[in-house]
Amino acid sequence: MIKLWLKRATAHFDQFLLITLLFTLLVALFVLYSASGQSMDRMMSQATNIIVALVILWIFANIPPQHLQRVAVPLYLLGMLLLIGVFLFGDVSKGARRWLNLGVMRIQPSELMRIAVPMLLAWYFARREDALRFVDYVIGAVMLALPVALIVKQPDLGTALLIAASGFYVLFLAGLSWRLLIGLGLSVAGLIPLVWPHLHDYQRRRIEILFDPYQDPLGAGYHTIQATIALGSGGLAGKGWLHGTQAQLDFLPERHTDFIFAVFGEEFGLLGNLLLLVLFSIIIARGMLITINAQNTFSRLLAGSITLTFFTYAFVNMGMVSGILPVVGVPLPLISYGGTSLVTLMIGFGILMSIQTHKKLMSA
Amino acid sequence: MHLRSELKNTQREQHLFRLRLGVSAIVVLICFCILAARFFYLQFFKYDHYQTLAESNRISLVPIVPNRGLILDRNGVVLAHNFFVYTLEITPSRVENVETTINNVAQLIEITSSDRKRFKKFRDQSHSFESVPLRSHLSEEEAARFAVNRYRFPGVEIRSRLFRHYPQGELGSHLIGYIARINDSDLKSLDEKDDLPNYKGTDHIGKSGLEQYYEEQLHGTTGFQQVEIDADGHAVRVLSSSPPVPGNNLTLSIDSKLQDIAEKAFGEHRGALVAINPANGEVLAYVSQPSFDPNLFVDGIDPDSWRGLNESLDKPLINRPMRGVYPPGSTFKPFVAMAGLEYGKREPPYSIGDPGFYTLPGSSHQYRDWKPGGHGRVDIQRAITISCDTFFYGLALDIGIDKLAAFTSHFGFGRKSGIDLDGELAGLLPTPAWKAKRWKQKWYPGETLITGIGQGYLQVTPLQLAQATATLANNGTAVRPHLVTSIQEGGGKGIIRPVAVQIMDKIELSQPHIDLVRQGMMGVTQPGGTAASIGAGAPYLIAAKTGTAQVVAIKQGEKYNAKAIDERHRDHALFIAYAPAENPRIALAVIVENGGHGGSVAGPIARQVMDYYLLGKDPTPPPATKPEPMTATTEPEPHD
Repeated sequence: MIKLWLKRATAHFDQFLLITLLFTLLVALFVLYSASGQSMDRMMSQATNIIVALVILWIFANIPPQHLQRVAVPLYLLGMLLLIGVFLFGDVSKGARRWLNLGVMRIQPSELMRIAVPMLLAWYFARREDALRFVDYVIGAVMLALPVALIVKQPDLGTALLIAASGFYVLFLAGLSWRLLIGLGLSVAGLIPLVWPHLHDYQRRRIEILFDPYQDPLGAGYHTIQATIALGSGGLAGKGWLHGTQAQLDFLPERHTDFIFAVFGEEFGLLGNLLLLVLFSIIIARGMLITINAQNTFSRLLAGSITLTFFTYAFVNMGMVSGILPVVGVPLPLISYGGTSLVTLMIGFGILMSIQTHKKLMSA
Repeated sequence: MHLRSELKNTQREQHLFRLRLGVSAIVVLICFCILAARFFYLQFFKYDHYQTLAESNRISLVPIVPNRGLILDRNGVVLAHNFFVYTLEITPSRVENVETTINNVAQLIEITSSDRKRFKKFRDQSHSFESVPLRSHLSEEEAARFAVNRYRFPGVEIRSRLFRHYPQGELGSHLIGYIARINDSDLKSLDEKDDLPNYKGTDHIGKSGLEQYYEEQLHGTTGFQQVEIDADGHAVRVLSSSPPVPGNNLTLSIDSKLQDIAEKAFGEHRGALVAINPANGEVLAYVSQPSFDPNLFVDGIDPDSWRGLNESLDKPLINRPMRGVYPPGSTFKPFVAMAGLEYGKREPPYSIGDPGFYTLPGSSHQYRDWKPGGHGRVDIQRAITISCDTFFYGLALDIGIDKLAAFTSHFGFGRKSGIDLDGELAGLLPTPAWKAKRWKQKWYPGETLITGIGQGYLQVTPLQLAQATATLANNGTAVRPHLVTSIQEGGGKGIIRPVAVQIMDKIELSQPHIDLVRQGMMGVTQPGGTAASIGAGAPYLIAAKTGTAQVVAIKQGEKYNAKAIDERHRDHALFIAYAPAENPRIALAVIVENGGHGGSVAGPIARQVMDYYLLGKDPTPPPATKPEPMTATTEPEPHD
């Protein structure tokens, strides 16, 4: 009886993916303990976040993809409404307007859009699949550009970038022509001189300092310099858990959030880094397998976008910590401290599992 | 057929999709390979390099705090400067028992109980690994005595820190303001401005007055040294350094001697004075009494002193000139008169016969004049001179409240003056629209009447009043009042940037009207005026107006008797003036809280300020500030 119940409850877990995720999260807890200056409180609070996120993953794994397809439009519209609300009356914190105070709680609508945007685009291209025309890509691009523009305005460059990427992946997988892609790439390059003056000072400085962190060793370049030293001094096998001097001696800023990878790399070295890359690769490979086996266009596009967005997170964060990408506020997926981004990630993985497992049930 | 083509379509689509996903997989692979290569480069090839940097000799960036800019008065007298002092500091995380340590240290160096209290406060506000000051201003001898015994006290250190000092003490403390230790909310706002890196190593920040408003100018740019430190944290050698850029010096329009005379003139009274050069908006004196010693805050104020200042009934911490709001009383009348003339309402030879009260048509309520029985025949010029309430009741009603508000707002009433200080209040210039919004009530004609004599909802700050007087003296050209006249870059060595004079408003006034109001105000300080004693013996002409602001309402038919009421319920005394009347060089406003009648208490203060500014006359020893004997026992006191 209990066995049956348990079986039903776990029916929609993709075991392979789940085990990989759990292993990565376990590693994350250890890194966090070290990165937070051996704070048990921080670790327990993240453990709570993980449990909540897993419950949410389970819920989403149990929602059949058809239901998601149905709520895609209202979810997107709700997200847009909230984003406009933030734009008009959002709370300002640290110079950015990201939060909307609803009286009972404060929400960050850009997080909702991380899921809603790829869902809407997947819904749209699935609907138009028989008669895809050029204009559909234009419509898709507009539906993507609206929320991204509002989030850039907040300003939250990191999130905007990731949402733009997630939407772009749907367009790309839906068959956006290569010629257009190359044209787009060139025009983006052409747009840079136009966009440059409109960026916030701090955003501009971050990009400038990417090319020369020693321009501002105390300020914006400090992050990059210290993170590079941490990684480099980790060497082949690392200094050992809790023994990273850069991390433990307070040289690293934001070391339990966006820069946690520097702590990881210092303490576990090149081997640890490669292991982490392998773990991420396994997750991505599994996501791609689920994508390829998905049964309809909506599921395919959504799964593909979720998988590739996860990759983007990882790449952008590791790239910025190791000094080959500009410092944008993107956490390292699964590892960085923080509940919101973890929940959003787990919703994505829940959807992936749902796509995988509901297919099996249907064909059975 | 149809089905087959659809199938074929689906197949083609599947094929396309797989191709796309394949391309994505290759991109992912390439990106991860780039990362792996980067890690390989950093952690394998450059390992020795970074290892050296991080492990055996850790590189530390040591900030070099810049010297904060000086604040000087118009003659170069120093109002705020810095000097090095020795402080004794404890890092709680490196000390086993903080209490015992302090007790042991106290055997070597005197630690007072307020030092202990302050230390406790700081300790609660900082992290355990931060160094917390226990005592400052150690003498050379004390520092030496501790240095000898230093080995006994791990975690206790002597540091040399730059301290801010205000050599003039209480003088002008409300305008100079003070700096104090950076707290969490300062950190937040610095972070928002993306200014945090520049404050590495800086402990203090401007909290009020000019120190706050000109924080960015005064702070300077933090320099840094890249030093190698060994495993014990000692600096081994300096790798590179960029020197700090000292903060900019501020030169004020304030004359500290004038400021001093003005402050002393208040004696024991509470109140405010603002004196402005009407031609260029330079603030010559900015007084808020009682005052406080800003030096108390620099070091972190101890809880007892704080309580004393904060809970005092005299409210010494309030910046009265810009944050004290008072009804202007009769000092508002010259502006109402100006409005009346410009709207063509009371051109001479128009005059009224004053019976001593005013009644609205169809009402029996008597709006009384301060003089029972009235002033007899009064034209607009005489109405100002003798402060005839009856005249202004009728005039205000005739102009109408909306027009009156619109006109007087150009003089700065109801809006901020724009002075270079933070936290200025705008006062209140009431209109029916304001009342409907604020109180959801309609406006009554009676409220227009009392607005005409500066009572009712109307509220002004002393700064606004001085600014309005300056604008009047300047024939309608409103100049932004400012305290800083020039900023010198690079701590007194760089270029000097003068602060530009900024015209805020230009009111078109006709010369005959200006002259009429001026004549009325000149009459005030001449025999027959409400402040005749103020003009007595002055070798220059003073245009002035007295005023009284009610603190408690007087009931209909009741008589105001200053002696019968509690001191703090007495009326506020107000006085505005500019001089020399024909060619004004100074315009000022004085408010003495609970001072009674404007001419007798506030007027003499104004006279002393004008005498010094215009004649260089130093009123030492200060004359007695007790009210001159008035004939008030037999005659009604001018309650103008």
